[in-house]
Amino acid sequence: MAKRIALECSHAISLAVKLANVDVIAAYPITPQTHIVERLSEYVADGELDAEYINVESEHSAMSACIGASAVGARCFTATAGQGLALMHEMLFIAAGNRLPIVMAVANRCLSPNLSIWGDQSDMMASKDCGWIQMYGENAQEVFDLTLQAFRIAEDERVLLPVAVNFDGFYVTHVIESLTVLEQEEVNRFLPPRRKAKYTLHPDNPTTWGPIGLPDIQTELKYQLEKAIQNSKKVIKEVWREYGEISGRYYDVFEPYRLEDAEVAILMMGGHCGTARIAVDRLREKGLKVGLIKLRLFRPFPFEELVEATKHLKALAVVDKAFSPGGFGGPIFSEVRSAFYDLDVKPRIVGFIAGLGGRDIRVDEFMGLAEKVLRGEKIEKNYVFLQVRE
Amino acid sequence: MSQKNEFKLNPKPSWKELPIASIIPQPSTSRFYLTGDWRSFRPVIDKDKCVGCGLCWSYCPDAAIKWFEDGSVEVDLNYCKGCGVCAEECPAKAITMVEEVEE
Repeated sequence: MAKRIALECSHAISLAVKLANVDVIAAYPITPQTHIVERLSEYVADGELDAEYINVESEHSAMSACIGASAVGARCFTATAGQGLALMHEMLFIAAGNRLPIVMAVANRCLSPNLSIWGDQSDMMASKDCGWIQMYGENAQEVFDLTLQAFRIAEDERVLLPVAVNFDGFYVTHVIESLTVLEQEEVNRFLPPRRKAKYTLHPDNPTTWGPIGLPDIQTELKYQLEKAIQNSKKVIKEVWREYGEISGRYYDVFEPYRLEDAEVAILMMGGHCGTARIAVDRLREKGLKVGLIKLRLFRPFPFEELVEATKHLKALAVVDKAFSPGGFGGPIFSEVRSAFYDLDVKPRIVGFIAGLGGRDIRVDEFMGLAEKVLRGEKIEKNYVFLQVRE
Repeated sequence: MSQKNEFKLNPKPSWKELPIASIIPQPSTSRFYLTGDWRSFRPVIDKDKCVGCGLCWSYCPDAAIKWFEDGSVEVDLNYCKGCGVCAEECPAKAITMVEEVEE
């Protein structure tokens, strides 16, 4: 019987990690992530979770400890945010390149300067090319489910890649919501203990990891990683289907809202999709055919699925809570524009950068940008920096 | 540790043949990589000057010098990179670095 409880979203992740019966947690506290590992440390201290909890001196060490433990064969978890993720940057590539199924929660936070503990997606976007599978959740239910699924996906022998579960700092992390959780037996069936990997670090059977990669090996190594993450999409969908059968909650690469007859859609990831849905409803009341696409899977990016679902639209308004200074708008916008390049008839695609450093994106702002796109208003640079005071 | 004296990996594998993450599943494979190819200067030992102290053996960063019971030493040119540390450290000035030239 499904149990419905109220939890802070951060604690929903902690609970999922406990149910996943992890072997090793290595983490360094950083706002707005701290509540996740704080609760996990309590579980370990109270004897509710039999895991090694390693207090490390930095996020670089947190990821390094997870890499070592995962190479031995342990199920590992860490969590971080903002500057912490930036400090981990180097080791993120090592984890993915060594094909270690580590799961990490990222409480998305703006990167300094100025010192901002508040949410946007600039932290993970600065590490988007690290080779990790990257998902974004909107609420307690979704991050609970994604975290459990992440272990299954990561550890699948056809994948063997680390997975990052992202959710917005404060806007999602610190909110108390109701969610339905799985029982331990259900999780045990869905997520059995990690299977022994083909190669592990063990003194009886020595192996070398991350040796020098001369130019005649490196291309093949990188291509192997590219194939692995591209092929992971199939497994991700398979796991989502199976999880749906257990929980009744079916996931996909994105979640459409009032999209079928829409002329314009807002596309974005994370917690602000809730606000965007209200904006869509209000615009619908005004007779405007507006929809929403909540993107869930950012890596591997679902190019084909996205084009198929949105090619009937007149326009797409892509909202990024991050940007690439001197580049072409926000990172989601760049991907979406690329996805449509080969189509003869395609929607107009306009990028909006908003919600930086924790600035809220209000319902009227979502309505405004959708109406702007719907009216076919000329936009000088194809993308707009919203919310800037002139 | 006993080792089979063979290198089992394809040195230029396709991406499918390459072990996952290019992990080397066989220990001590560096023995099959002859770093002597890198050398441009070769250490030549003057056996008359050598006092058999073994300092060259202890300083060699590549373990390319063999030090025998009788105190004599020998350079394994398969691995010696020609760094010259042995010549620098030899207290008897018994080691000279000689440029490698094609004969």
